[in-house]
This record gives sequence, structure tokens and C-alpha cells, in this order.
Amino acid sequence: MYQYTDKDQNLINERVDQFRDQTQRFLKGEIADDKYRALRLMNGVYVQTHSPLLRVAGPYGLLSSAQIRKLASIARDYDKNFCHFTTRQNIQFNWPALERIPDMLEELASVQMHAIQTSGNCLRNTTSDQLAGVAKDELEDPRPYCEIIRQWTILHPEFAYLPRKFKIAVSGSAQDRAATHFHDIGLHLVKNDAGEVGFKVLVGGGLGRTPVIGQVIRPFLEKKHLLSYLEAILRVYNIYGRRDNKYRARIKILVREAGLAEVTKKVEAEWALIKDQLELSEQSIADMRVQFADPAYAAITETDANYTSSLANDSAFNTWVKHNTEEHKITGYRAAYVSLKAPDSPPGDCSDTQLDALADLADSYSFGMIRATHRQNLVLADIKEADLFALWKKLDALKLATPNIGKATDMICCPGLDYCALANAGSIDVAQGINDTLDSMDYIHDLGDLKINISGCMNGCAHQSVGHIGILGVDKKGVEWYQVTLGGSSENDATIGERLGPAVSKEDIAPVVKTLLEVYVEQRINEDEAFLTTFRRVGVSPFKEKVYAAN
Amino acid sequence: MQLIKNKTLTQDEWAFIADDAALNADYNIVSLERWNQDRDTLSAHKNLGIRFESDIIIEDIVEDLKHFSLIELFIPVFTDGRAFTHSRLLRSRYHFTGDIRVSGDFMLDQIFYLNRVGISSFALNDQDSAEKAIAVMDDFSAFYQESVA
Repeated sequence: MYQYTDKDQNLINERVDQFRDQTQRFLKGEIADDKYRALRLMNGVYVQTHSPLLRVAGPYGLLSSAQIRKLASIARDYDKNFCHFTTRQNIQFNWPALERIPDMLEELASVQMHAIQTSGNCLRNTTSDQLAGVAKDELEDPRPYCEIIRQWTILHPEFAYLPRKFKIAVSGSAQDRAATHFHDIGLHLVKNDAGEVGFKVLVGGGLGRTPVIGQVIRPFLEKKHLLSYLEAILRVYNIYGRRDNKYRARIKILVREAGLAEVTKKVEAEWALIKDQLELSEQSIADMRVQFADPAYAAITETDANYTSSLANDSAFNTWVKHNTEEHKITGYRAAYVSLKAPDSPPGDCSDTQLDALADLADSYSFGMIRATHRQNLVLADIKEADLFALWKKLDALKLATPNIGKATDMICCPGLDYCALANAGSIDVAQGINDTLDSMDYIHDLGDLKINISGCMNGCAHQSVGHIGILGVDKKGVEWYQVTLGGSSENDATIGERLGPAVSKEDIAPVVKTLLEVYVEQRINEDEAFLTTFRRVGVSPFKEKVYAAN
Repeated sequence: MQLIKNKTLTQDEWAFIADDAALNADYNIVSLERWNQDRDTLSAHKNLGIRFESDIIIEDIVEDLKHFSLIELFIPVFTDGRAFTHSRLLRSRYHFTGDIRVSGDFMLDQIFYLNRVGISSFALNDQDSAEKAIAVMDDFSAFYQESVA
């Protein structure tokens, strides 16, 4: 894990001082509301329905046990004993008092954390693969490049007032687990014909109101040119991006209106002028890679006998291992997901006691590290197979072992009307209703891979347009309605979901999901055919007919 | 209006001259439109400044930069960040060495960034404290990006 230098630490300390001063001036009436709004957003502070919200950056999702403990103590001391993990690997506190937020930031700075640029029309937190560094299908660990990008983005003087927010994701694996097709810039580590590793660069992807799949702007970029190429894209966007309408201001709209060819031409021309000025030296890349070197793995040659017998004898453990753990590049280890999708808890929420316990588990079993996923779960990435049973027991006692990763009840859900000032409709209660309905279906565990994403408004924080089943809350004359899309995907086969038909009422949404799953079970060739595959084969019609006939 | 130049509160010698008014100061700032219409007369003036609106494309005016001893970047609304790029390019790519002044709806809390992209003078809004405006330029001692100040 990257350790801050004095320079990094000074910078975030000084940022805390700056924001404390800005907040005090605002509270004294010396800064106008609209101007303070821009300043607080760039420090992660939203004002929402009940209170401000503080969004803390989880750089590419990687957190140490000390940082997790700090999140726990902040949840206790400044909030209502919980925090929320977001779809961009960030952490939100829902109930802070504005005047105490500078103190929270000071506490975060003491463990090398910050909330810089987690909101606002600026360069946001860079996200990545939650299995970075341990995945079997990985070409190269993306995190050193994420950290290089993090530093470049932080307080970038030229790009602090962009037309709109700007998000970058990096993936180093064959399977895209970072939704890189749906970011303003998506970077894939790839190998060229000469065997060199560099980046495929995608531009103009995004979710929200106008979901768009990113397009390739450069099939291969040498690593040393990473920052100059990003700077070229940002400079073209800062000058040519639309500023007249905030719904037309993302780079995806520039790419759509000007065309990829024109944007590429401008970016390449700009890049030609700066590529030699911002070159990353081999040494600087090598130094950064050292920061993410493998932990001291044990050499394990034989499968642990107790692990094998637990798998054979304990069906609940077996189910958990099957659904909630993942292969690891090192023999004898697995990556274990911590499900934040227990049936009775809002998706992505985690209590202070759970956080403290997780920090202890990370220290005991996983080199003191925890990762946040973009599906709002956590990962303990380096667990010996021999430790899995003990870990599972402890996670289960903490209600963090629901065996549902990637399954129907592993829903992504935004805060919705319960917290968010932008929301048109509830989402947590819809997730709850769907959970209750699915709970009554006896074949729920046999439904295979299924991604249900629920957003309470068009902004699409829960990525509903790329859910296998996407649910979008809309307001119709003060009543909450829900539009359903089917067949979306944020992975390699990036697809935007197709509309099922007219919106359904709140009371109908859970029964509709049930009907959709019944149609899937009827239509699938066998139990191995996943929902998405079946949908792509049979299309929307059978789902549509059944839902609108029944409701 | 107070003017900060090179981190010092300074008496402003420059005046922006409306397009339909005659040049009347020793140090005149004119609009791009006026410059384009009347460049021959204007270029005879020793101290000529030009005001760029935020939609200026700097590369289109590079050949003319030698005529100006001051460039004013006018920010229509503080969320419009194009001036940051304009200033950076003027300094680092086109090597403009005269004064680059920012005016309009920028806020005190943007001065740190504006300074780092090469802005050398700040036409403050009336409510802003000059002392504070100078102080915020030193809000940070550490940076990840090069400065062109």
C-alpha cells in the first residue's frame, strides 16, 4: 500500500486548514452560498435532505486496518454509528454537522485519508479493480498507476473548474471489474504486439441520465505517456466541453456532438505538444510499483485438510466459499468478499462495531488490508484457505457473511429519498421490499449471477442502466414510480439496459422483479445459463408480456 | 476595485475602454473585437492591453500576442474554468511575459490555482480583502503539478 511522504501529508494537512478557514468564513457570512457550495463539494461535503453528507475518498478502494478503525471512530464520534460504501469505492457519512466537518477531515488526515475532490466539477477519485494485485487473470497491478493518477489529479490547478465531474478508472485484468467502459476515461493495461505493457485508453463513457459506452481513443499508450495523455484529454475537455447546460456538460456529450474522430484529432494534436514534458521515468514507475509489492505470502503446496473437510461437511460454509470467495494468484490463498448486503440492512452500510471487527480480521488474516468494491461490498483479499473457516464464522457472527456476492440480493442501491436531496423516489425501501420477496422464493440461491441495481433518480448513482435488472425511481406528480431496464452490463460485454415498458408503481416493483425471475427460470436452457445470457437469447418480449399481463 | 499584482496591492494604471469610446488613458485595455477591427491604429500604442472572454481560442491569436503588454482574462462566472487553461498556455506554450490579469466573477478561494497557472494580477471584487487574497497564494507548500507562475 502506498505510504504518504512528508509532502503528501503536508498537502492534506494544509487542505484541512484551508477548508476550516473557508467553512468559518462561510459561517460568518463572508462567502456566498453558491461559492461556498463549490468549495465544500470539492471537499466531499454535500447538503442533503437531513444534514450535510461527507464523502471520503477511498483511493482505488484500498484501505488499511488503521484507516478502517478511524472510519469506525468517526462514525461513533461524529455520525450515527455507521458509514456507507459507495459505487466509486468511497465512504460516506450521512449525519455530520457542518461545523465539525473540518475536525473530521483532520482526523482522516492523521491516517493518510482525505475527501479532496470526491464531489464537484473536478477530477474525482480514481477507481480500480477490487482484486487488483491478487487476481489470476491480471496482466499487471493497476494500483501503482492509480496512485500516480491520484497525485496528478489532486489540486490540479488547471482542471479544478471543469464543465462537469470527471471520473477515471483503471483495470489490469482480462475481466473488467472496474466498469471502465462507463467512466469519462477508462484505462486498460494491455500488451501490444511487441509484448510491451501499456494502456488502452477509452473516453466518453458514463452512466447518469445519458448512459454511454466509452470508445477507444488510443488502442495503445506507452506507460511513460500516461499523464501527458490524460492532460491532453482534460485540456481539450476544459476548453471545448459544453458549459451552457449541466446535463450536456460531460465529456461523453462532447464526444457525441463533435464525434470521436474530431475529439481524437484535438487530443492527439495537444498531446504531441506536451508528451515530452510530463514523461514518467522508468524509475518513478518502478518506485511506485514497489509500494504495491506482494505481501509476505506463505509458500503453500498442499491443500489444507481441515479446509477440505469443512467444505465437505458444512454446507453453509461451502455455499459461502462458492459465492463469496474468489481464486487467488497464490496457491493456498483466496480472496474473501465481505457482504454488505445482509437482508435487513441498507446495501453498502457498515456499522462502527463491524468496522472495528473487520480491522481486527484484516490484521489477523489479510495483512491488515481491506478493499472496497464498486458493488458496495468489501474484500479481504489475501486469506489462507486454512483460515477461511475461522474467518467465515467470525464474519457470520457479524452478519457480514450473507452468501450473495454477484447474486440477486447483492443489489447496488443509492441512498434515495431517505437521504439524498436529488432523489425522486425511495431506493433503500425498494431494495428491502425486493429482498423480502426474494426471501420467500425457495430457489433464490439457484438464480446464479444476477445484478440488480436501484437508483432513486436519473443521476443513476446506483448504475441502474448497467444492471442485469435496473430499477430507476421517477416522480410522477408526487408519486414514486419505477422504470425497469433489462440486460445491462458494466463488464467486458458493456451494454446499456433495454426498457421493459411503462413504469410500475412502488407496490408493484417487488412483484415485478419476482415475475422477471420466474420468466428467466422458465426460459433458461438449464441452471448454468445466467440471467444475462438468457435475456440476450430470448430478448425483452417474454419478460414484457408476463409483467404487463400480470400487473 | 483593488488590484493585486505580483503579490502586492497596487495602484491600477490600466483602464478598459468601451468599444465606442476613444482611447483616453496611457494604459488602455480593449476588446478583441476592437482589436480585430482597428489593429493598425491600436498597434501604434505603446501600452496596449487586450481583454479575452472565456471562449477565446488562444492558438487563433498567437501571432498578435506581441502587440500586447497586458492580457486580461475575464471570467463571466466563477465555475467557468477555461481561463485556467488560457493562462497556462499563454505562459508555458506561447511564452507571454507581460502581465496576465484576471477579472470578473472569480473568487478569492480560486486565487491559489490562478496564481499557479500564471496569472500575475488580480482585479479583486469589492468585498474581497487584499490581504487575504495575497495570503491564500501560500495556502499550500506542497504540490503535485508544475507551476507556471
